[in-house]
Amino acid sequence: MPYAAQGAAAGSRPRHPRRTSWWPDERSLSVVDIHDAASLLPPEDPVHLLDPDGTFHEHGDYPLDLKDQDFLDLHRYMVVTRKVDREAINLQRQGQLGVYASCLGQEAAQVGGAYALGENDWVFPSYREMGAAVVRHVDTAALLHLYRGTWLSDHDPYEHNFALMAIPIGTQALHAAGFAMGARFDDNPIVVMGYFGDGATSEGDPHEAMNFAAVFQAPCVFFVQNNQYAISVPLERQTAAPTLAHKAVGYGMPGLRCDGNDVLATYAVTKRAVERARQGDGPAMIEALTYRMEAHTTSDDPTRYRTEDELEYARTFDPIVRMEAFLKQRDLWSEEFKAEVDELAQSEAQRMRDGIYDAPHGDPLELFDHVYVDPPRDYAAQRAFLRAELDAAGGDA
Amino acid sequence: MAVTMAQALNKALHDAMEDDDRILVFGEDVGKLGGVFRITDALQNKYGEERVFDTPLAESAIIGTAIGLAMYGYRPVPEIQFDGFSYPAFEQIVSHLAKLRNRSRGTLKLPVTVRIPFGGGIGAVEHHSESPETYWVHTAGLKVVAPGNPGDAYSMMREAIASDDPVIFLEPKRRYWMKEEVELPVERAPMDRAVIAHEGTDVTVVAYGPMVKTALEAAEAAADEDWSLEVVDMRSLSPMDTVTIVESVKKTGRCIVVHEAGRTLGVGAEVAARVQEQAFYHLEAPIFRATGFDTPYPPAKLEEYWLPNADRILDFVEKSFEY
Ligand SMILES: Cc1ncc(C[n+]2csc(CCOP(=O)(O)OP(=O)(O)O)c2C)c(N)n1
Repeated sequence: MPYAAQGAAAGSRPRHPRRTSWWPDERSLSVVDIHDAASLLPPEDPVHLLDPDGTFHEHGDYPLDLKDQDFLDLHRYMVVTRKVDREAINLQRQGQLGVYASCLGQEAAQVGGAYALGENDWVFPSYREMGAAVVRHVDTAALLHLYRGTWLSDHDPYEHNFALMAIPIGTQALHAAGFAMGARFDDNPIVVMGYFGDGATSEGDPHEAMNFAAVFQAPCVFFVQNNQYAISVPLERQTAAPTLAHKAVGYGMPGLRCDGNDVLATYAVTKRAVERARQGDGPAMIEALTYRMEAHTTSDDPTRYRTEDELEYARTFDPIVRMEAFLKQRDLWSEEFKAEVDELAQSEAQRMRDGIYDAPHGDPLELFDHVYVDPPRDYAAQRAFLRAELDAAGGDA
Repeated sequence: MAVTMAQALNKALHDAMEDDDRILVFGEDVGKLGGVFRITDALQNKYGEERVFDTPLAESAIIGTAIGLAMYGYRPVPEIQFDGFSYPAFEQIVSHLAKLRNRSRGTLKLPVTVRIPFGGGIGAVEHHSESPETYWVHTAGLKVVAPGNPGDAYSMMREAIASDDPVIFLEPKRRYWMKEEVELPVERAPMDRAVIAHEGTDVTVVAYGPMVKTALEAAEAAADEDWSLEVVDMRSLSPMDTVTIVESVKKTGRCIVVHEAGRTLGVGAEVAARVQEQAFYHLEAPIFRATGFDTPYPPAKLEEYWLPNADRILDFVEKSFEY
């Protein structure tokens, strides 16, 4: 079969949610048992494990299966993400990137979510998932070519099971669903995570993706980072639903909610959705409540649509400050650890910067190289035409 | 044996699925029903519900999940039920199916064959007789093909499914019931090549898909007038086999391009541009286009006035002799 099957027990999957007939003699016409719907509803309060001062609360439904080393790793990934993100903004300011979409403030949502995945699992990101990329050990410099304008992307998706960043809003959710369907048909116990934003929940593709995944019981986790804005448009202009997680119920999958600035809660909630999907219980949607601290992209002017007060308030629930407080409460914090993490972050940022500068690029004839596996015959003429133009211009490309 | 194009396509799907267990067929009503035109008939019985399945009603999802399935390692053959319903899938086809290979600098292959019954002439209700080929032809990264007879339909479908590039496979629905004496399986010219469907010396008539038969009818009728028409069946719209067309025009000196789609920026415009670039001194007359009009596809009772027929082609042939 297509993908390295990893020995899942076939045939053990429960079928789709129970259906009961509304036809008196139990013939085939049927509707979903509406009593099942309640079990799919999101909790009233998002799952929250860590207070801003680092105090940890147990949650009966979301026991944490993490060790001290995991806590340190989660913190490390968040700090690296923030540093890499800052460096990307610097690169943009220096004219090295055309534009950049920062994930400042969303580190816990991205890192906690991605940390709940196994090595063979897959991620289908939007354009903002640098934190998820850091957790998957994807070369961040390769991703930045999208923003640099040299190539559309420069990473091999199969190396770390990380698909290409998608720019049209929400379209990648369908690729995630399709990939997960493939895994389901193949009895391959992998889980596929599709990231999208609050604005994307208004587009058609994420809805079609959730519906397909639910109907085919595909192991797909839809991870919505509700960072409160779609460019300038706030959530209340995006939806009239009680919460974004409520939308999941309409497809027959659980809607989960977590405090997306709490890396432990994000991890715990995602882990549960991932395990469920891996066992064959189908997809789930997670709404992680977070806040986009930077501009939408480096081209945006957020002062036009949000206040300094709001931003000031958002700073009080910074995910990294919170995790640091937690580590201190647990006696896991030390100056050496801090120094080591800072150094790692610095070297990752430098590696990214070097990667961007050092990548050989700019060969105009590459235009024709990766369009078709089997290129059309007239490409030879068009290629020769460009070659001649280059020669005439005295270029050495 | 006389087979219809529908039978040939069905047989091609059966044979392909038999040979390669990574091929998946899915779409709306393709399972139990066998598709509204029965092109996927009996596939589900033979290959099971995990390889041939009905999806929810959502064209963007049919193509979007085909992309994910292809990335996983399958070879999806999704069906869009009718031409007019390919539009909800436009973004997935244009922004992703066509581009992912390029966006990934060649690390991804998208072996997806999108089957779309296209064109008019069957008296259908609105939105069931569209000719959207120009949208796909204009998009780099896709291959776009349309067979003109049952044997080609078989051969080209096998080749499309075997292709590692995404193929938009346009099935001329008014020719589903057209018959040809042919033993299947059959292997015809490579799908990216045009072929001479009828040899002639006076005028080259270039056609594809449903209009090949119409052009052949015109050639037959022309013989009564002692006009010798050469009919070129393009078969592939992208890439376009300009060589065969230009060779033919160099021989005849005259060229008429025929298609159902509206004239402006239709495939005929591209053929005309290429021919005048490459065979200018051989031309005895302007290149004419016998096409549908630049109006929306009409209601069924008027489609016979809209669609090119042999007479419309012959009128243009006559016109080209005036030069
Ligand atoms: C189909 C489509 N429409 C419009 C845009 C322009 N656009 C880019 S980002 C964006 C807002 C997206 O908001 P959201 O889904 O909340 O994600 P976020 O950027 O907040 O992560 C818009 C409208 C686009 N990229 N794609």
